[in-house]
Order: sequence, then C-alpha cells, then structure tokens
Amino acid sequence: MEEKKLNLTLKIWRQAAPDAAGGFQEYKVYVSPDSSFLEMLDELNNELESQNLDPIAFESDCREGICGTCGLVINGHPHGPIPKIATCQLHMRHFKDGDTIWVEPFRAKAFPVIKDLMVDRSAFDRIMEAGGFISVNTGSVPDGNAIPIPKDIASEAMDSASCIGCGACVAACKNASAMLFVSAKVSQFALLPQGQPERYRRVQAMVKKMDELGFGACSNTYACEAECPKGISIKNIARMNREFIKAKVKTEEIDV
Amino acid sequence: MLKLDSKVPTGPIEEKWTNHIFNMKLVSPANKRKYDIIVVGTGLAGASAAATLGELGYNVKAFTFHDSARRAHSIAAQGGINAAKNYQNDGDSVYRLFYDTIKGGDFRSREANVYRLAEVSGNIIDQCVAQGVPFAREYGGTLANRSFGGALVSRTFYAKGQTGQQLLLGAYTAMNRQINLGKVKLYSRREMLDLVVVDGVARGIVVRNLLTGEIEKYSAHAVILATGGYSNVFFLSTNAMNSNTTAIWRAHKKGAAFANPCFTQIHPTCLPVHGESQSKLTLMSESLRNDGRIWVSKIKGDKRHPNDIPEEERDYYLERKYPSYGNLSPRDISSRSAKEVVDEGRGAQGQEAVYLDFRDAIKRLGKKVIEERYGNLFEIYQNITGENPYEVPMKIYPAPHYTMGGLWVDYNLMSTIPGLFVAGEANFSDHGANRLGASALMQGLADGYFILPYTIGNYIASERPKLVETSHPEFEKAENNIKNMINKLLSIKGKRTVDSIHKELGRIMWNKVGMSRNEKGLKEAIEEIKELREEFWKNVNVVGKNEDVNQCLERAGRVADYLELGELMARDALNRNESCGAHFREEYQTQEGEALRNDEEYAYVAAWVFKELGDWELVKEPLEFENIQLATRSYK
Amino acid sequence: MGWIANALNSSIGKKFIMALTGVCLLLFLIIHLINNLTLYGGPELFNTVVKNLEGIKPLVRVIELILVLIFVFHIYDAIRVWYGNKKARPINYKINASAENSTLFSRTMIWSGSIIFIFLVIHLRTFWVSFNLGHPLAQSHNYYEIVVQAFRDPVYSLFYVVAIILLGFHLKHGFQSAFQTFGWNNNKYFPMVRKLGDIYTYIMVIGFASIPIYFLFFYGGN
Repeated sequence: MEEKKLNLTLKIWRQAAPDAAGGFQEYKVYVSPDSSFLEMLDELNNELESQNLDPIAFESDCREGICGTCGLVINGHPHGPIPKIATCQLHMRHFKDGDTIWVEPFRAKAFPVIKDLMVDRSAFDRIMEAGGFISVNTGSVPDGNAIPIPKDIASEAMDSASCIGCGACVAACKNASAMLFVSAKVSQFALLPQGQPERYRRVQAMVKKMDELGFGACSNTYACEAECPKGISIKNIARMNREFIKAKVKTEEIDV
Repeated sequence: MLKLDSKVPTGPIEEKWTNHIFNMKLVSPANKRKYDIIVVGTGLAGASAAATLGELGYNVKAFTFHDSARRAHSIAAQGGINAAKNYQNDGDSVYRLFYDTIKGGDFRSREANVYRLAEVSGNIIDQCVAQGVPFAREYGGTLANRSFGGALVSRTFYAKGQTGQQLLLGAYTAMNRQINLGKVKLYSRREMLDLVVVDGVARGIVVRNLLTGEIEKYSAHAVILATGGYSNVFFLSTNAMNSNTTAIWRAHKKGAAFANPCFTQIHPTCLPVHGESQSKLTLMSESLRNDGRIWVSKIKGDKRHPNDIPEEERDYYLERKYPSYGNLSPRDISSRSAKEVVDEGRGAQGQEAVYLDFRDAIKRLGKKVIEERYGNLFEIYQNITGENPYEVPMKIYPAPHYTMGGLWVDYNLMSTIPGLFVAGEANFSDHGANRLGASALMQGLADGYFILPYTIGNYIASERPKLVETSHPEFEKAENNIKNMINKLLSIKGKRTVDSIHKELGRIMWNKVGMSRNEKGLKEAIEEIKELREEFWKNVNVVGKNEDVNQCLERAGRVADYLELGELMARDALNRNESCGAHFREEYQTQEGEALRNDEEYAYVAAWVFKELGDWELVKEPLEFENIQLATRSYK
Repeated sequence: MGWIANALNSSIGKKFIMALTGVCLLLFLIIHLINNLTLYGGPELFNTVVKNLEGIKPLVRVIELILVLIFVFHIYDAIRVWYGNKKARPINYKINASAENSTLFSRTMIWSGSIIFIFLVIHLRTFWVSFNLGHPLAQSHNYYEIVVQAFRDPVYSLFYVVAIILLGFHLKHGFQSAFQTFGWNNNKYFPMVRKLGDIYTYIMVIGFASIPIYFLFFYGGN
C-alpha cells in the first residue's frame, strides 16, 4: 500500500482558554493517506512539542468510533465529510493533495469551548441524570426471559441506544438543538416494556432539563440525522414529541 | 515479609459464596449514610459499584478522568457477555462456566473466585435486562445467545456488536439515577495520581483536576479502584488512548501487591499495523470467528491476491491443528498460531497478517444473515482499510488487548492495603493466565453489582474505619510529592517528545515481553527499559504549564509509570519459567510447539511488593485445585 | 392552568403550536384556493360566491378572527423560536456545510415566512380592504373587476407570483414538518406524508400563481 503522501494546509481553531479570544492558525502537514485524521493531528502535535510550542488540544479516546469523545467540525461537517463515522474513523485517503482543511470545535452555547478544539459537553450528562434511566435497584429484578420482547422492538430500541453521546447532532443543528440525543434515550426506554413505568415522567424531566441548559429547539431540518456518526433516526425525535405531548395531556402529575 | 491471605471461605465450592454472604457483617441501613466511599473509574466495574453502593445508602464519590462517565473504555467491548443461563438447553451450567474459565485461564486463577463469578453471571443478565439493555432477541421474544472462543456452548449474550457500550450505558444510567438522588457525586476530568495511606489503611486519594491543574484531596472510609488495564504499556494496543496504569501503579507503590503483571492478553483478531504514525490498533470482535475461517497460504512468501489462491493451497491452520475448537480456539492459542505462520513467512501477501474469510459463511447463510450478525464490524473494517470484507477476506493480526494481571486482591476484592478494593480489569482475580472472550464484561459487572456491595459492607462493619481529614500530614505529603513530580516533568525540557519515548518502550515490550518471550530477551528488556527510563527523566520535553489543560503533561505522567511497570512485567515473565495461557516462554514448549506448564513449581500467583524502583519482593499465593483436576489444556 | 403554559413554553410545546397553527393554515389555504379558482368560472360565478359570503357575514367575521389569532400565534411563535435558536449558537462556524446536510427550504423558514407576511399585509390591503371597506366596485358587487384591475399591474402580479413561490418553499418544509412535530413519523407512512406534502405544495403554488398569470397574459377583459 505505497500510496503517495499528501500535502495539506490545515486551518485550525486555537483558543487558549474558555474566555480567551480565539482564531484560526495555519499549519502545513505532509501525511500518509493511510493515517487517520487524528493521527495526523498527533504527528502535528509531536512536531509542535519538539518546537516547544503548545500542542493543539483535542479530545479522543477509543479511536474506534464508539466512546463519543472525539468530535471536530471539519470543513463544516461535525466528524468530517464522510457520513456515519466519528472523527477518529476519518482517514486521510478521503482528502486530495493540496487540500485546505478547516478544523473548528463544536459550537453551541451549551457546549462552551474549553481550549482549542475541546468543548464541555457535560450538559448531556445533566440531561441523562435528570431522567435517562430505569429505576431498578441491583438485585430486585425478574429473570431476563420473564418479559418477552419482540425482536423488532428490541432491535429498534438497540438502534436508538446506539447513540454515542458525541454531540455531533448539536454541532450540526443550525439551532444547536439536542433533540436527537435526548430523543434517542427517551425512545429506547419508551419502546421497551422495562421503560414503561417511568415513561411519561422521564420524557418530561429530560426535556425540561434540556431546555434549561440552553439548547435550541428542533426545526426539523434533519441535519442531525445526516451528520450523526451512528445514523440515529429522526423518528426518535418524532417519538419523543409524541411521548411529550401525551405525557402532558394524559398524566395527572402537574410538575415533573 | 508480607503474608498473602486469600480469605477464601471454607466449605464446598458451591456453598462458599452463599455461606460467606451470611457470615459477613452488615452495616445497618441508618448507618450506611455515615460512610463515604471513593470509586475511581466509571467503567463497568466502577459505575456498577458506584450505583449499587449509592442504592444501598453509602455516600459515593466517583472519579473519572473523562468528561463523562460514559466514555470509559468498557464502551468499546464488542462481542458479548457470558452467563451460565443455559437458555439454549445445550448443557451449560454454573459448573461448566467455572470449568471453562479455569481451563481457559490455564489453571492460574483462584477456584473460589471463578466459581463465584460463574454463580452470579446469571444475575448480571437479569439486572441488565431490567435496566433496559437492548440485548439481541429471538423472534419469540426470548434472549438470543451466540458462541465464543474457548467454549462449546452458546452462552454469550450480546447487543449487536456493541455489547460493552450497552452494558456500560446500563451501569452509567444506574449511576446517573444515584447522582440525581444525591447519593453519588461525580467528579469528572479528575485523574487519580496518588493513594493516601494512613497507618497502613487506605484513607483517600489525590487527584489532578485536568481543567485547572489543581491538585485536589479527597478522603473516604474505603477506596475502590476500577481503573482498567495497562495494555497501553505496549503503546500500540486495542485500549483507548487514555487508558493507563497510573492509579493502580501509584497504589502499588504505596504498598498494594501487583499480581501476575506478565499475564497480558494478545487478542487474535485486530487490524494489522499500517505505519509509523499509527496511534492504536483496532479490534475486530472475536465473535467474527464464529463464522469466519482463518487461513494463510500454504506457500511461503505468497503475494497473490487472496481471492486468487485456490482452496487446496489454503491452510486453515486453526481447523487443522485444533479440529474440535477450530476457529474458536482460545485467544492465546489463536494469537500464537498466527504469529507462527507469519514467522514462517506465510503471512497474508507477505505482511504481518492472516486472513479471516467469510466466503463460505456467506455461501452457507447468505449475505443478509452475515450482514445482520456482523454488519457494523464489516463497516468499521471497510472504513479503516478501504477493502470490502464481503468480497475480499479480512486481514487480521494479534494485538495487546487485555491484562489479566493487576493488583492482587483477596476473595473480598481487597488489596494488600486494608480499605483499598480493586475491581474489574484493574485487579488480577478471575482470568488466570488467559481470559476467555465475553468474560471481561461479566467480571467487571460481577465485581461492581454483586461482590463489592457485600464485601465493602463487611469491611466497614468489622473494621469501623474512621474518616481522616484531608488536612492530615499524609495527604499533604502525597500532594507535595505529586506537585514535585509535576514540576520535575515540566522542568526537564529535553529533546524527546513523550510519544517518542512511549513508542520506544512499546517496541521493547512488543518484541521482548509480547506474544512469546525468552530469558535472553527479557533480560535485555529489563536493561533497555531502565535505560529508557533514565533517558525519559533526563531528556523528555513536557511543554506547557500545570495550571492549564495540558494533555502533554497527562501523557508524561502515565508514560513515567509505564516505564516502571514495564520492568516489573519483564521481571515477572522472567521469573515464570513455564508457558501458561498468554505467557509463552519459548524455552518451555512441547514438541508440537504447545505451551508447557510447570504445575510443580509455578502453580501460584506471583504477587510483587514494591520496595524501591528496580527492587521488588516476590510473594507467592499457592493455587490449590480442589474441584478441577490440573490437566494439560487441549482444544484439539 | 400553569401546566398548559409550561407545556406550551417548552421547546416541544412551541414547536407544537407552530405545527398546529400551521396545519390550520394549510386547511385554510385549501378553502382559499377553491374560492380563488371560481375566478375561472367568470365574473358571475365569482361575484355570486363572494356575495353569498356577504350573506353570512357574522360567521365570516368569527372565522376571520380565529384566522387572525392563528396567524398571530404562528408568527409570534416563529419569532420566539427563531430568536431562542439564534441564542443557542452565539458563535457561528467559519465554514458552514449545511447545504450538504439539510434542505434550503428547511433552513429558510423564517425568511420565506417573513416575505409571506409582507405579502399578506399587501394582499389584505388589495383585496380584503377593497372587498370589505367600501370600494366602489365592491358596493356594486363587482368583486371580479377588483381582481382584474389588481392583476393587470405587472409589478403586483410578479410580486404575487414570487410570494406564492416562497409560500411553496414554506409549505414544502412545513407540511411534513408538522407531521414530524406531532410525532407521526413512521417508516410506512412518513414517505407518503412527504409525497402528499409535495403534491399539496404543487397544487397550491400552481393554483394560486396561475391566477395573476391568467389575468396578466390570457384574460382579454371587457
């Protein structure tokens, strides 16, 4: 696999601290097409370090597209121009020699920049803590096979559950809305029999928290679905809307 | 000299855990809220422990260096989780899972622990189902199973190829519920840098706030480390970029014995290395071996395209050598066999790789079924390599994946430091010299949901530990040591980047303390690691300052620990003059090249006690096999 | 009753109002178009239809009032949502690839809506005011002639057609969007909803826009 290396120009957002002013800096790199995007940044960082310069802060962990830690906006696309992958799965063979690549952090009021390309996505955890669970204590549970779950329901719940919490939906949405993320969790539990007891409480609590944290509202552009590395469907948002409206109309509990 | 007491209860193996539960002391419900427990790490073991202890009423402080608890590397486990449910009516039982695990671990694990693991395995599935984990189902609505390496029954539960993710999210949501109820307080972006021991008892931890650089001190009545494994000592491994040994290593240096450090698993099905800039290796789930056939060309140096190699010129070496287990042979055997054929010069197209072929499975089951079973794995593969595995056989090669070694713990999962408990991959407990597929998730959750909640209660009820204020001199001392180390790292201002030293260490480890080891290589490795360590402390360049987000500093601290751990791994491997499980010493093999165990002299857990750098004391915990007869492992 | 306000002020509640008022307006447009198409039946038919509406004036006024309320809610909510959404992203991207992940229609609802609003005001001035507030032709029940005169002006007709095309943009997104907001997205039916929305949009655009074109180019007059 002796492919020609690529000459690229990177325009990368540098910002020293949350309240510091940021701007783009230009870097020239010479990179193998087999290398991944983040490996290219690793190499660039090693280069910067050997010149005693501050390396570019960006986050990544599993580098397999499952932990949801990475997330850069590359040429305007969260996780880059190739659909259904996370930033760590983007390989340089998708770029051409001589390309200029713009790299920006996720931008949303609810995801403030920490440094360079690192953002604070803890708002997602706050939403999950508000209600994204099934209240069962360890031990007090029936046998795994006690409740049969139709295969299609289980796999639809699995599709919703495959969200990696990376925040690309928020980054892609012109309104910085978190509806795809929240709805994926609401859907997973709304579909499964185990989730029924808290079904209406959960959706109200999570939506309330989401609104408090400063995410925008959904305007159905479906950019989230297009950019989601796991292809989470906007059907989840529809389901959450339905659950929410039902919860407000049907239940007698007034304030959740 | 330290005496190791495994605290295994007496009585028949089937009754040990039940009796132990009854015999353990309890903390009254009203008193639980008076006790604080620190949990470091929020992967399967950590999150499940934090959630369950919170449910019981303890005040839990959970720490993770990630931005969110959900990022822990448990999330990347693909294949599944074992449980002795016998839903398939194929002859499974607690005893068989116990037997398979002991045998798979090549008789280097503690019987009582493994039996308990098998015993609670069913409860884990029930618990996860109740949490809303969307396990795969049959059309009738019951749970589906698949088979996995090292077993002849189908006992693996799975959620697509993302089982680890779903189980972790289950534990994460359970913990979130406790956070919401105020019973768990989560400290994210905190990296544990030291354990505080007062009067020989674990009293708290010191962490660095990764956003501000502030050194923070936390005290508690008990400390649980669930910080994962140390495969990243090899630089290239399937572990996440940030997985590290720092928490357990620093606890080791504070007195916790480190057991079997040389037992590191090399996973047979990973993507081959592509080049020098590579940052990590990607695992392809072992479940692929259910339907994929592994082969290489019979001809040395065969550069032909795999599809041009006719059937009769293919060597399905696992099926040939191990007819009954075939492609489902345990990981250590599969990995070593791959290395063998590559060393013979028969690697795929001359590379360090072998083929994993789905041609026959697609013919037999149809593309749709294969897509349903492995679709997402195939996508990952195609994305990374640019090749379509439906048409061209995958290329795979072994890579460091899991570390069976870890801090020594007794039956209660307590280390040699009272009050310090260790769970999940971070401890050494259940997998012996080799872990079977789909058993890591099982162990992590068993420790967190069903074992620690009991044994911690017992510790607290019987010892009644007192809380030590963080103003105690030991806390100050630990804080100052950490600050000094950080200042030292930042002031060296040498010529080499942290990564370059880490890569060099990785090469030493992979070549000499990797898949097969020999005395000469291990001795060289020890010297080379020492030299590299000196080089590091003289010539590393850590840029930036402490009071900032400084990823370079984070990495430097971790590499400093690897440079010490690497030496201990080599020493342990050198001490163990036998081949067992993942530890293969070239001097000790049968005529056919199979691992040759030495039960007379090495049927023990090697627990190393840190004295000073380069000086460890070996303490042995003899392993007694009362239920399963020691036998040569055979998968033929 | 605070719970109703709470529900409607939530992000989903606001969207729900948008969708609900939107659907009402979709229905209104159908009736409006049927009325307009009677122009093709000649002056007599059209004038009779309008005169008949005069006969049930109180009812028409009530319906108009409801319509106004619907419009007000639709517009008020749109501005509220738009403003809130702007605030959710204080710093914009340098490179924006939204053209590759979403439709133009969906991203420009506030702008197509704003122009439609301006159109609406002028449109009301031209027709509603003339029909209802003492235009000499209205007094002699020759409403048809008012229409003829208005559309003879090429500038007005052009503006009308452009506005109707923008209305088409608005409807193309709005129709299916309403279903999505109500939660009626299902693998089987949603593709049909989208198709139905497109058909509806084409009928509306062609129906409404054909009228000024007809009067400008094809109506001989007398």
